[in-house]
Amino acid sequence: MDWFPLWNSLRIAAISSVLVFFTGIAAAYYAARLPRMIKGVLDVALTLPLVLPPTVVGYFLLLLFGSKRPLGMALESIGVKFVMTWYGGIVAAAVVSFPLLYRTARGAFEAFDETLAQAGQTLGLSNTYIFWHIRMPACQQGIFAGVVLAFARALGEYGATSMLIGYTPGRTATISTTVYQLWRTGDDLHAFYWVLVNLAISATVLLAVNLLERKQRRGGRRL
Amino acid sequence: MSLTVAIRKRLGHFLLDVAFDTAEPVTGLLGASGCGKSMTLKCIAGVETPDEGRIVLDGEVLFDSARGINLPPQKRRVGYLFQHYALFPHMTVEKNILCGLYGEKDKAVKQRRLREILEMMQLEGLEKHRPAELSGGQAQRVALARMLVSRPRLLLLDEPFSALDSHLRDQLQPPFSSLIRSYGRQAVMVTHSRDEAYHLCSRLCVMDEGRVLRSGGTKEVFADPGSEPAARLTGCKNIARAVKSGAYEVDVPAWGVRLTAAKPVPDDIRAVGLRAHYFHPRAASNRFAVQLVGELEEPFEWIILFRYAGQDPASPPLWWRLPKDKKTAAPPDTLGIAPENILLLT
Repeated sequence: MDWFPLWNSLRIAAISSVLVFFTGIAAAYYAARLPRMIKGVLDVALTLPLVLPPTVVGYFLLLLFGSKRPLGMALESIGVKFVMTWYGGIVAAAVVSFPLLYRTARGAFEAFDETLAQAGQTLGLSNTYIFWHIRMPACQQGIFAGVVLAFARALGEYGATSMLIGYTPGRTATISTTVYQLWRTGDDLHAFYWVLVNLAISATVLLAVNLLERKQRRGGRRL
Repeated sequence: MSLTVAIRKRLGHFLLDVAFDTAEPVTGLLGASGCGKSMTLKCIAGVETPDEGRIVLDGEVLFDSARGINLPPQKRRVGYLFQHYALFPHMTVEKNILCGLYGEKDKAVKQRRLREILEMMQLEGLEKHRPAELSGGQAQRVALARMLVSRPRLLLLDEPFSALDSHLRDQLQPPFSSLIRSYGRQAVMVTHSRDEAYHLCSRLCVMDEGRVLRSGGTKEVFADPGSEPAARLTGCKNIARAVKSGAYEVDVPAWGVRLTAAKPVPDDIRAVGLRAHYFHPRAASNRFAVQLVGELEEPFEWIILFRYAGQDPASPPLWWRLPKDKKTAAPPDTLGIAPENILLLT
């Protein structure tokens, strides 16, 4: 059995999760302090990829990055091509999973007790220190949940991915596109193997979440 | 040592428009909740920005909208004790206090100052505890330690006792007061408790709806609050509309009496206030026939509710407070009050 789809799916999900972690937190942090009107509009725009069918997201991505489109052509001229490449999968997965992190992180930031940050400021702590050592630890449970959801979503992404990067064995194949291709070509047995692999990964992720949460809660009680 | 504050800030329909200056060791901002006291402190600390105005501490401009000066809170070196102490919940007591030593890079000095403040605030043994494990009094001491260790030039105290049980509050006020005074810097304290204000503050600004109504020495403000809200905030129970009727006389229609004051009555007088403690059955002046209509027993005092003989039936009874040993078996027929105890309110 060729293990490439496993490796490809994991690297796509991992890299997109890291991207989404930083962009999602930045967006959530700034959105939480915007005036209500602008926040409402931004919220809709940033959450759309979550509710749109992934194929529609894929369609938009092709509109943007297609090799005959201005942005696609500009990127290609510097050697970056998101269509039919494995790293195009990162773009597809990141766009689709971004709202999950953005929304959970924003909820956590909005519940944060602002007097803690103010106390830090009056004590002379830098704003960067306050962000990473006071705001983030206080919000870590919400953000952690968002990262896990985003990772799981990126791992299972199919629609936008198959439209943007297609299915090329050994080059762009991911677990989910492989399952579909194998089933379509009548190779039910191998499709079933990949289903098992997918189940194992998902169960491991959920188990890890539970263990970490319990550890955190125990830590919390010691506090 | 001096602090000058003159700021305006609009918050929706609420307008904060505060001006006071003080050179006193402890200045109190006394007001009901929602009057803008805490917002004033936050503007002084720099964690909120006024729309316009000036804040000057010991000659250094912290904020001046006209000159475009707005020092960040980190540069103001102003300590802030938050109402619920704002201890960082995921950090130990020690780490919380070390946050106050963030700017100190020398590790040995850092440790020495940490040990000193732990000892001074009697927090030894609690270094590894988290805020959730502390009692109210301990949490207050940690917050004080964290603030004082950063060596601020001004202390801002936001309702420092409101998070504590009442018995603890009374117990902690004297050591708190001496700690704040021995620190040797000015403090501004926000409170809605007239007792706290009286115990701890040498100067008082009475605030109502975003404005300072009256400021002055604490005793002065209590003796002459000047306005109806200020009289209420300083604990005056008996207040009624009044009309000037002579150089030293006012008519109080609701009570059906004419009172003589010790000071000339201002032309724009709106009300008079009579503090419940100042009535006396044999006072030489302002003595009128009264009818007792009820009484409330307190641990050490009686509150007697009475009406003047000519009082408007729609107006509520007046309060008279007297120590238990002063209560006589036969209730008095008349009650008087000295002219200097008539509060003239405009």
